[in-house]
Amino acid sequence: MKGTNLGEFEEVVLLTIATLMTEAYSVAICDEIERITDRKVKLGVVHSVLNRLEEKGFVNSQLGEATKVRGGRRKRFFEVTHAGKATLQKVKSQRDELWNLIPEFNLKMI
Amino acid sequence: MSNKSAHQPPRWADRFLEWYCRSEILEDLQGDLYEHFERNTISKGKRKARQIYWLDVLKFFRPYTIKKFKIVNNITSFIMFKNYFKTSVRSIARNKLFSAINVFGLAVGMSVCLLMITLFMEVRSYDRFHKDADRIYRINNIYQSLDEDPNYFASTSIIAGKRLQEEVPGIEASVIMRRNFVGDATLGDKIIPISGIYASDDFFDVFSFKVLQGNPSTALIEPYSVVLTDETAAKIFDAGVDPLNQIIKIKDKDFKVTAIVEKPPFNSHLKFQSLASFATHESEESQRENSNIMGWTNMWMNYCYMKLAEGTTVKQVNERLAKISEEENQKFDRINIQFALQPILNIMTGPDLSNQIGDSIGGEGLWVFALLVFVVILSAGFNYTNLSIARSLRRAKEVGVRKVVGATKGQIFSQFIIEACIISIFSLVLAYGLLLVLKPYFLNLAPEIQQTLHLDIEPKLFIYFFLFALLVGLLAGLFPAILLSKLKAAQVMKGVSNTKLFSKINLRKVLLVIQFTLSLVFIISASIAFKQYKYALAFDLGYKTENVLNIELQGNDVDQVKSLYEAIPEVSEISESSHMLSVGSRWGSDIKYEDPMDSTSLWYASIDENYIPMMKHKLLAGNNFEARPLQKEEGEIIVNEATIKRFNVGTPDEAIGKYLNVDDKKLRIIGVIEDFHYAKISDGIECFGFRYDPIELYNINLKIASTDLIGTMKKLESAWIDFDPVHEFKATFYDDRLQEAYADYSVMFTLVGFLAFLTMTIASLGLLGMAVYTAETRVKEISIRKVLGATEGSLVTLLAKGFMWLLVISAAIAVPLAYYFFDSVILQDAVNRANIGALELLGGVLIIFTIGFITIGSQTWKAAKANPAETLRNE
Repeated sequence: MKGTNLGEFEEVVLLTIATLMTEAYSVAICDEIERITDRKVKLGVVHSVLNRLEEKGFVNSQLGEATKVRGGRRKRFFEVTHAGKATLQKVKSQRDELWNLIPEFNLKMI
Repeated sequence: MSNKSAHQPPRWADRFLEWYCRSEILEDLQGDLYEHFERNTISKGKRKARQIYWLDVLKFFRPYTIKKFKIVNNITSFIMFKNYFKTSVRSIARNKLFSAINVFGLAVGMSVCLLMITLFMEVRSYDRFHKDADRIYRINNIYQSLDEDPNYFASTSIIAGKRLQEEVPGIEASVIMRRNFVGDATLGDKIIPISGIYASDDFFDVFSFKVLQGNPSTALIEPYSVVLTDETAAKIFDAGVDPLNQIIKIKDKDFKVTAIVEKPPFNSHLKFQSLASFATHESEESQRENSNIMGWTNMWMNYCYMKLAEGTTVKQVNERLAKISEEENQKFDRINIQFALQPILNIMTGPDLSNQIGDSIGGEGLWVFALLVFVVILSAGFNYTNLSIARSLRRAKEVGVRKVVGATKGQIFSQFIIEACIISIFSLVLAYGLLLVLKPYFLNLAPEIQQTLHLDIEPKLFIYFFLFALLVGLLAGLFPAILLSKLKAAQVMKGVSNTKLFSKINLRKVLLVIQFTLSLVFIISASIAFKQYKYALAFDLGYKTENVLNIELQGNDVDQVKSLYEAIPEVSEISESSHMLSVGSRWGSDIKYEDPMDSTSLWYASIDENYIPMMKHKLLAGNNFEARPLQKEEGEIIVNEATIKRFNVGTPDEAIGKYLNVDDKKLRIIGVIEDFHYAKISDGIECFGFRYDPIELYNINLKIASTDLIGTMKKLESAWIDFDPVHEFKATFYDDRLQEAYADYSVMFTLVGFLAFLTMTIASLGLLGMAVYTAETRVKEISIRKVLGATEGSLVTLLAKGFMWLLVISAAIAVPLAYYFFDSVILQDAVNRANIGALELLGGVLIIFTIGFITIGSQTWKAAKANPAETLRNE
């Protein structure tokens, strides 16, 4: 395994799972990312990322209850594991550190 | 599309997804795709949504979604194959009787199937050697006069061919041909009789016969050009002489040899020894001042083949031809001739047509044979299925253990299929041996079969044989394999009673009933065909054929041959005739009475004045022909009763002296004879007349008054050889020719009889197997009954009753079926036919019952006789 590095898109997906709380399943994740980032997200991409995150141990998944929609198929709900949370924290603190190093005027340009 | 499917994603995409996707992620992945699909249906419409669904399914085909254990699974089944093979062979070896019944039954059935495959492949290979054979077609004529049924001919008119060449576009090449180019080829003192076809100059553009010498494109242009096959050329010319451009005399005309072709291959429907240019025929006819050569109704001896240009469709040509026939038909009130194109590849197997130029086996016969053979192999397959299901009670435990150890349904299924295939491959070996035995008998069934078929077994065929054996194994083993693979391990191991496991076993009875019904139908058919054959031979034709010998003159002078045989004392009477009647060939011409619009076909034979008394035809009124010199114009006719009835001429006596118009000749009726069967007895009696036209006398008929027929024949033959050393002595007794003419009945009853024997054997084997099995499984029950006081007789009745019932049911189905089939389908059109009697119908039933009773009885008797102490001892 490639270690526990978190790619950019992986990070977005992981954060989205965290924001969606108990409603985090693939289609919903897809929609949420589209809404926030305003970019087209393919289901296939999200799927493979979820699969990878699960392999890395950042998320857990469970099948939900069967419903009448989706042709009776159950949804797979995801939640962020402890390791996932820790990694998110780590990434955030690394970013924050970098942010703090940036001289103030540079950002006022925007 | 229905409303429901509007909300369903594409079914095949779903299947595909289910096939490749790992089960762990299949459910939610599919669910996601469904959700997307529903959303897309609303936003983008049904069509688009289905497309996207397909794309998505394909896109999800990724390493992480694909089932992982696929390869592993394949390896295990490969390893297991060895085990299946071993257990199968052991199981086959353990049940020697059942395996023998299976192998032998299948082999018998398969042997005729192999024959069929060989036959079929050979017939299919016919005419394929022509380049672009798929573009070569023949014009067939459909001839209809008045409201009579249309007749189908392979021949057409010359004018049709000419107009095709001139008016129809999109034809690469076309050739007009005419049969009956016959004559003696003379070169120096050598005289060789040859026969062939007249063919127009494009012959070699349409067909791909191999030209060895000469220029194929010019060989058939000039009149009196002849193309010889290498075989014929070798007969005429001495070795070392170059035959090309030599002059030979045929029919007293000088012909130039313009090309040498290879002898037509065996699998060509067209066979010839020589080709004469069509211009020869035209020049011959103009010398004879035959004005009808381009006639629309001159369609009995000519043929037209064409090669369509690439891109031309049959429909286009047919449309143009329909226009031509419409124009030409307008000139005739009562005759309607239509064209139909027939692909050359279809000639061998196509419909039965009159006036074929070459060989044709006839599609109908082929399909009937195929059907019968199919029935035989079906019966053999049933045997296997039946016995396997019966035996499967014993194999249930094995299946249970395998399942407990972890075998899947598919593995059990393939195990039993493999077992069936092993049996069928054993059978194939035996069947091939049987095929080699059968082949010569089949080829000798009828002379025509020998001419058209060789039944060479090419290496390619072995592949088909092998595939066929696998298919048989697969189909025969299918049902038992399904049944066994469905067993639940827990049930089997707990020992739930067998009857519960195999509640569907009624199928066995159904299969047995079908087998015996088929056997019965076969036997009944064979006996009816045999009776019809006997009936045809014993039929009173209306004249006497005993001891009448027909000799073909083959171009010799009638009077010389006559004087030759008058000198032989055993010959009591001599007459002359055009051809033999009642054996199938018919000569026809057009006949009218007073109304010029009312014409019909007159079938006729030309005879001399001695013919009618010799053949003992009964004259109802008038007189026989009188002897008259050769040159005198034909002016008289003797007709049958049907003719004067057809034209309402009146009584036979009134008809004498009236004139009939035959082929535009006025002929006076000088006699009326009683109706007789001039055609085959299955045809009715129509207008028939005897004519006196010395030009058409091709046969001489001798009445032999001697008890030593063989000796007399020898005498006659040696007299002929002294007289004409060139031509073979061609003589046949009338009765022999009649027998030959009805050979199709004899072929039919031989074939059907043989197949009946096969199905009978197979079905009896099956019955034997079932009886043995029943006796075996019920041996304890029988012993207990015996201990309790049952008699042996009552035990036999008990065991045999069930089977005998099945036979009774089969008979109840088969007898009416066979009767109906023959009465209303096969013999319906035949005018004269033997009645189907109780003997034919019930004889078969009796045979089946006897065989069935012996088979079942012997087994049950053995079981009933067994000593209860022996069978009950070991528990």
